[in-house]
Amino acid sequence: MSVFRDAGHLFRFAGLFVIAFLAFLLIRGYVVPKSFGQYGHYRGNAIGEIAARPVHFAGHQACETCHGDEAAAKQAGKHAHVNCEACHGPLAKHADDPSSVTPVKPDTAVLCIRCHAASAAKPKGFPQIAADHMSGIPCQTCHQPHNPAISAGGAK
Amino acid sequence: MNISRRHILVLLPAAAVAWKSILAGTPEASPNYAMSEHWWGMLIDIPKCIGCGNCVRACRAENDVPDGFFRTWVERYHVTDENMSSPEVISPNGGKEGFPEAKEDAGKYFFVPKLCNHCADSPCTQVCPVGATFVSPDGVVLVDQKYCLGCAYCVQACPYGCRYIHPEKKVADKCTLCYHRITKGLTTACCEACPTGARQLADLKNPSDPIHEFLKTHSVQVLKPQMATGAKVYYNSLDGSVR
Repeated sequence: MSVFRDAGHLFRFAGLFVIAFLAFLLIRGYVVPKSFGQYGHYRGNAIGEIAARPVHFAGHQACETCHGDEAAAKQAGKHAHVNCEACHGPLAKHADDPSSVTPVKPDTAVLCIRCHAASAAKPKGFPQIAADHMSGIPCQTCHQPHNPAISAGGAK
Repeated sequence: MNISRRHILVLLPAAAVAWKSILAGTPEASPNYAMSEHWWGMLIDIPKCIGCGNCVRACRAENDVPDGFFRTWVERYHVTDENMSSPEVISPNGGKEGFPEAKEDAGKYFFVPKLCNHCADSPCTQVCPVGATFVSPDGVVLVDQKYCLGCAYCVQACPYGCRYIHPEKKVADKCTLCYHRITKGLTTACCEACPTGARQLADLKNPSDPIHEFLKTHSVQVLKPQMATGAKVYYNSLDGSVR
């Protein structure tokens, strides 16, 4: 093997490269998360972590399992497509533990005008009321929020 | 301690099982949800939007959005004869407390709710140097906040201004399309809270989703189609002046 007679220093150098490469693979295997590249160039487990964040709005299906009367009243009127938590706020905690977490009844004076305050910017067909409507008496005197038509009666 | 060959033979399968469980990582939060069966988007019906700000408030309640930053916001356009090329646009506090009353006036008014467009060919995910933001297999643009460096490349890459650097966490933050809700069969917080149905979550892979019929029968656009981002937030009756 006369070809390799004076090549010892090259083998030592190549050995150094092999060791460095193995060290790189070892460190890379340790540092890169196991799920990286599972679906693409990102950590696959991140999807599960984001999906596990807590829910605050229970969703109207959860409300309707207990509050069937209110759901039925709502279904009969113009507010049929307004979900419960659009007015009552996020109540997932109440849905999880109905006895100890009790929601506060919303104030119609604040609530109704959020949507129904008159403004030329709103779509023309949307029911809007001027600030001096019925000289400012509480809305629920005449309108029942779940079914706001006057014929459905107020004060509930 | 003296380990015999018998010990090693017993221990090896146990070690293999343990290693397998480490590789598997965190279990999926919703076992009945298959990512391959969904492709999420949203429909925004502009003629239905009344600018109440319910979506903005619901988003903050659901996702703990820091003050002064928005994952979704509502803009009010006022287009008149004089300003057609650059109409007046207001969004006071993102529309969180609603809008000032508009008097009957020349021109037209309309509201445009905005949020992440969950682009299929998203510029924001392409610029991330570390693979911290990505389009999930079900079409939602997400941020891995454990991996994000906070370099803000993605913030400047988004043509819609939908990203921000979280002031406390110092990492990129954005709309997740309420990924923690839609994977459990719920709709997003903004859609849940919208009183007029102006916002509707859409699953483009679900053949019975009403989005398909709607797209066939209405004039629907996306924002900045010239940028070819593959935006999946569809706007019904979008005015040409909206940018």
